[in-house]
Amino acid sequence: MTPSDRLDATFAALADPTRRAILARLATGEASVTELAEPFAMSQPAISKHLKVLERAGLITRGRDAQRRPCRIEAQPLAEADAWLARYRQLWESNFQRLDGVLEELKARATKPGRRKR
Amino acid sequence: MSNSGNLQVTTPSDREIAMTRVFDAPRALVFEALTTPELVQRWLLGPPGWTMPHCQIDLKVGGAYRYVWRNDEKGMEFGTGGEFREILPPKRIVHTERMDGAPGEALNTTSLTEQGGRTTLTLTMLFDSKEARDATLQTGMEKGVAISYDRLAELLASAAVRKD
Repeated sequence: MTPSDRLDATFAALADPTRRAILARLATGEASVTELAEPFAMSQPAISKHLKVLERAGLITRGRDAQRRPCRIEAQPLAEADAWLARYRQLWESNFQRLDGVLEELKARATKPGRRKR
Repeated sequence: MSNSGNLQVTTPSDREIAMTRVFDAPRALVFEALTTPELVQRWLLGPPGWTMPHCQIDLKVGGAYRYVWRNDEKGMEFGTGGEFREILPPKRIVHTERMDGAPGEALNTTSLTEQGGRTTLTLTMLFDSKEARDATLQTGMEKGVAISYDRLAELLASAAVRKD
């Protein structure tokens, strides 16, 4: 997968409230499907489907214990997505902060009578 | 006073990304800052180290614009440009955007609404294909994209809350 494909998979997996809630739960420690299904009004097969999406996106891994197969969160793809998001937001936030500064100047110019537009 | 942190990023559809930001100025001034080359060159920059040595805006329907950014330290240059489709001062600008080296183009709609002397800017980028979006994602400037990044922030926030 290219970095872009990986980001796509990460964000697609995150585009669902149940999967985000599952990840939030797994951020506190590993859990079995049964434990994960508990807080949701959902069958275990439905939860398993969500887990497959998360697993394919590399966001979780599952243990080998055939009975329990505990799920655990994988930090790497989330960290990559978060770093990307941070750069993107930072770029636009700094652009818009500079725009704030430009607008302050334009406002000062507009309230000073006799000053003409440069 | 800082407006930092109130930038909102959402995804109205899978080919769109929308950003909303409030500015403490009337929209006529925001419109001016968005469409005057000497002003655009001062704020529409990339990550640290990038400047915009070239900014050309022919503000009329069918008119072209061209922005070129440069990073002297890295010896890199990157440009984008397009054509104006709609210009309604001081409330709406629609233009195409084609980044250097990227296939396809995006249609960017900027709308400005004013209330109590403050202006809400909404910028919606509509990509013509997933390929165009991905190519945009991979450009040197890492400018533009799709999908819902605010969802990630929300997830990370909720994960942090659940930890205690």
